[in-house]
Amino acid sequence: MHELSVAQSIVEIIKENVPEQDYGKVNAVLLEVGEFSGIIADSLQFCFDAVKLETPFKKARMEIKKVPFVLYCNLCKVETTNSNGIRMCDKCGGFDNSIVSGTEMRVTEVELD
Amino acid sequence: MSIITIERKVLEKNDELAAQLRNEFKKNKLFVINIVSSPGSGKTSILEKTIEKLKGKINLAVIEGDVQTDLDAKRVEKYNVPVVQIVTNGGCHLDAKLVKDALDSINLSDISFLVIENVGNLVCPAGYDLGEDYKIVVLSTTEGDDKPLKYPKMFINSSILIINKVDLLPYVNCNIKELRDNALMINPDLKVFETSATTGAGIDDWCEWILANIKK
Ligand SMILES: Nc1nc2c(ncn2[C@@H]2O[C@H](COP(=O)(O)OP(=O)(O)OP(=O)(O)O)[C@@H](O)[C@H]2O)c(=O)[nH]1
Ligand SMILES: [Mg+2]
Ligand SMILES: [Zn+2]
Repeated sequence: MHELSVAQSIVEIIKENVPEQDYGKVNAVLLEVGEFSGIIADSLQFCFDAVKLETPFKKARMEIKKVPFVLYCNLCKVETTNSNGIRMCDKCGGFDNSIVSGTEMRVTEVELD
Repeated sequence: MSIITIERKVLEKNDELAAQLRNEFKKNKLFVINIVSSPGSGKTSILEKTIEKLKGKINLAVIEGDVQTDLDAKRVEKYNVPVVQIVTNGGCHLDAKLVKDALDSINLSDISFLVIENVGNLVCPAGYDLGEDYKIVVLSTTEGDDKPLKYPKMFINSSILIINKVDLLPYVNCNIKELRDNALMINPDLKVFETSATTGAGIDDWCEWILANIKK
């Protein structure tokens, strides 16, 4: 979708969470990206690598952990999924469920030297 | 080596700002909708018909979001309602900061209904909360009945679906029942309206729904 502006938001999050004197030490930023978050991991990686050159985080790698789409089906009473990101249980075809994971986009950690 | 644990949603900034806006809207007893769709589904046309119907009944204001030009704001201005045009200069969606800035030129205590017309794009605006009460997705019959399946996020994140250009149903390859079923499969909670901004069909129902939501 708009991976470039997302990459810029990630730079801001790093800035806010790392003391300024340590900016040069940032090695890596770790992300969790849901399978159906609307973000293409490769494209986000590409944008981050371009954006970081304008920041103090030139040597920072981006590591993306992909999070699968999981539903809790209230009919089957178990965690299931749907291969198209639709809120329909693949097991029983029902719609009575809640999303457990797979739509999120989170920065989880920053690694320093 | 050391690790800083963060656990922050990437779009948290936007969500925080949207929450502030929601508060502000609530304080002013404003009913706020955010209209999203692909380009050309008829957002502005429906809005024009809606303003015609609601004029004299409630005071409303409009925020128009477009990639370029103030053409849509000019169309709305003709109806003598306050309108602010946001030009994103290439940006594919409105965010809460842009809306907050636009609010500087609207007197919120004068109005009870605020319409935000988002940038025409069936993908990106889905992820950005603007503090609205409802996200309204417009899909026109010319776009095809499979669109809810192909762009699920927008339909998951919206509360209302307006199927527009129903006057064209005899001429286009669109099965409206299929369209409805596909949308409801993606999001069983969607409330659906069928309209034609050209003939005015369905606009009365839509306007009644708005009036029922105006805060006393
Ligand atoms: N036949 C028919 N044409 C319509 C209807 N609603 C809108 N149109 C036409 O569709 C075209 C696009 O309408 P707009 O209202 O500009 O659509 P929009 O969603 O605001 O477009 P953007 O803001 O550019 O994304 C115009 O030529 C309208 O006259 C309808 O119900 N029936
Ligand atoms: Mg428009
Ligand atoms: Zn099930």
